[in-house]
Amino acid sequence: MSYRSPRCTGVGLRSLPVLLLAVALVGACAPPGAGTTSSSGAPSGGTSGCGTAPVKLNAYFETGFDLPFKLSEEFTKQFPNVTWDIKQDQFTNLINETPRVLASNDPPDLIRLPTMASFAKEGLLKNLDPYATGFGWDKWPVPQLSQNRVSSDGTRGSGSLYAMGLNYSLTGVFYNKKLAAQIGMTEPPKTLVEFQDFLAKAKAAGLLPIMEWGSAKSGMGLAFPLQALMASLGPVGPINDWIFQKRGATIDTPSNLEAAKRLAQWIKNGYFPSDINAIEYTDSNGRFTKGEGIFTFNGDWENADYDKNLSGNTGFFLMPASQPSGKPGAMSAPLTFGIAAKAKHADCAAFFFNWVATNRTGRQIDVSVGGSNPGGPAGAPLSSVPAGSVTSETLAAGNVIGKAGTAMDFIANATSSIFAQGWTPELQKMVGGKQDAAGLLKAVQAEYQREIAH
Amino acid sequence: MLEPGRAVSRPAASTSTRRREGLLAASRFSPSAWFRREPVVGWLLVLPALLVYALFVLGPLLLTIQYSLYRWDGIGLATWVGLSNYITVLTVPDLLETIFNAFRLAVFFSLIPVTLGLVVASVIHRVATGALGTMARTVLFLPQVIPLVAAGIIWGWLLALTGLVNEILGAIGLRNLARAWLGDFDTALPAVGIIGIWVLLGFCTVLLLTGMTKIDPALYESARIDGAGWFTELKAITVPSLRYEIAVCLTVTVIAALAAFDIVYISTGGGPGHATAVPGIQIYILAFVVRQVGLASALAVLLMVLVLAVVLPLQWLSRESPR
Repeated sequence: MSYRSPRCTGVGLRSLPVLLLAVALVGACAPPGAGTTSSSGAPSGGTSGCGTAPVKLNAYFETGFDLPFKLSEEFTKQFPNVTWDIKQDQFTNLINETPRVLASNDPPDLIRLPTMASFAKEGLLKNLDPYATGFGWDKWPVPQLSQNRVSSDGTRGSGSLYAMGLNYSLTGVFYNKKLAAQIGMTEPPKTLVEFQDFLAKAKAAGLLPIMEWGSAKSGMGLAFPLQALMASLGPVGPINDWIFQKRGATIDTPSNLEAAKRLAQWIKNGYFPSDINAIEYTDSNGRFTKGEGIFTFNGDWENADYDKNLSGNTGFFLMPASQPSGKPGAMSAPLTFGIAAKAKHADCAAFFFNWVATNRTGRQIDVSVGGSNPGGPAGAPLSSVPAGSVTSETLAAGNVIGKAGTAMDFIANATSSIFAQGWTPELQKMVGGKQDAAGLLKAVQAEYQREIAH
Repeated sequence: MLEPGRAVSRPAASTSTRRREGLLAASRFSPSAWFRREPVVGWLLVLPALLVYALFVLGPLLLTIQYSLYRWDGIGLATWVGLSNYITVLTVPDLLETIFNAFRLAVFFSLIPVTLGLVVASVIHRVATGALGTMARTVLFLPQVIPLVAAGIIWGWLLALTGLVNEILGAIGLRNLARAWLGDFDTALPAVGIIGIWVLLGFCTVLLLTGMTKIDPALYESARIDGAGWFTELKAITVPSLRYEIAVCLTVTVIAALAAFDIVYISTGGGPGHATAVPGIQIYILAFVVRQVGLASALAVLLMVLVLAVVLPLQWLSRESPR
């Protein structure tokens, strides 16, 4: 007996025209997104602040990241008419949720932005230019605001201001002072050559030179030393142009190729852990604070962790330039927050931005909780930090970068997915011996062009 | 019950006949008679489920097909691009590779658990009845009860450079084999596959074992009288009798492999490189990270076609020849 059911066949045949009709309808109906209205985000630009009437600020923060919560508590203490309705989510969820949250009918007055250029272009973010003029943000030292500017063609770096940094993180090289002393390093290297000598000495002494992470889940940490090498061996301008998606920008330049070759050589020399492709970000930090690895490339958001778990034993230096006369470069990115175009209390939220950067207590919280430079006007009150802490070293380094004007955004932030789709897999391939320096830059550039073309 | 003959023959009736029937029905309408008309009752009974199905399955399915024909970032206005998203999927090596990886994963998620499940089930069926059999079944089925995310994390620890697997290798003098199993290009996919075997073996074993209990023991007795060994029994009696259960196992596990997401996302995130990138992960990244909803939808539609192309022949094979 056959189990092939004529009933099923009958139903299938009869429903076939229905299916075909449905597919035809799919093509004919309105395109997705036709119902969304794009607000121009016309700013009111008032600098009146939060007034005296009760205001409830609608905020969307990142889970597990204390700084904005602590700042909001202090803000309410100083301005008791302002209360908060804070929703929070993991950073990875924020990446998925932000566009929908911004476009919703209950848009946030303050939101942590994982990326911002595309949201600004789509009219989902409030244009902050009038606030910048009103509060005088445009007179602050230049690099602070430029990363949050978006021009009308969607490129970052210039144009109108669409977001503000609560503080400005800084990356560089952290080192374990005790282990460094073992290889004769009593003070930070002055040139790239000196740094490479220390790496070679560490390897020869049987110590792991650099601890770094590299799993696909955490994102490949080798992007940090790679960008540091790029800034050491070449100018930072073209790197920023590429990150800001300036027309015709490429990552595949001669000095970047040299940087990628150095990184490949470091990998080959065994300067990184052999299992780097499987190491998560948190495990890498855990292993470094337990004494595995002399150096690690990371950012000042880890200051609190290093000061607590490797207390008094952590040092920091900026990646040295290749020439003694050269300026050190560093990735320094704002902790970006924005105001939804349709936000109900935009004036109050903008006043909060201004308060964080100029209020003495706000700035102190910024440094003690966030670990990073609070930015703000050139003569803003300095925050006190314990002497000898790694925070004092990163703050001092931040001033060096500020004066030199060699701050860069992160090459992983050039597009929303260049890190996940470009840098991470290609650098993992380099670790696995399946990609060389030239191929790495070509592959990432191809992915970059595919993403910005779309 | 709906009879196939009746359902098929109805459209053949002429329009005028049907109109007359309709008029007659209307002139002497009685609710009870109307409800007794089987198709109506049938449709009414099915209606709630059908509505839910249409809303949550058919609707999204059609929307996905629609999205796949547009370039859309998920928020703004979409632009019609025809089939260009499909061409992209089929021409960009990184996207195409995810499909090949899914089939490589199918070997671990499907072929091995079903084959191994058959052997284990027949062993349990033959020798381990009673308490021992129950215990074996429970232990093997346990992974089905553990959340996959928790399992993925624990396996990540076991397979790390400093994990238990490498410790054991070191203890038996195979230290030089030790590596970060999930971070090595050559071993990442098989390592994920092993997690899959661990998860799916119990499911297959229990399903096949249940099927075995339905086989007439007389068949085995007569086979043994004829001098058949364990393997001959398996080949001549067990496997042919279990063709339906095997088909179900293969269907479920092949779908688990081709549509894999959770185990891979938790254990490797698709890395290193693209060594364990599967369509499920790529669809997620394209839709929610890159925000190329059209391209993600095109890959999702292709994945659905692929699953159907593999699963339908499996169903057909199990039904085609007589039992």
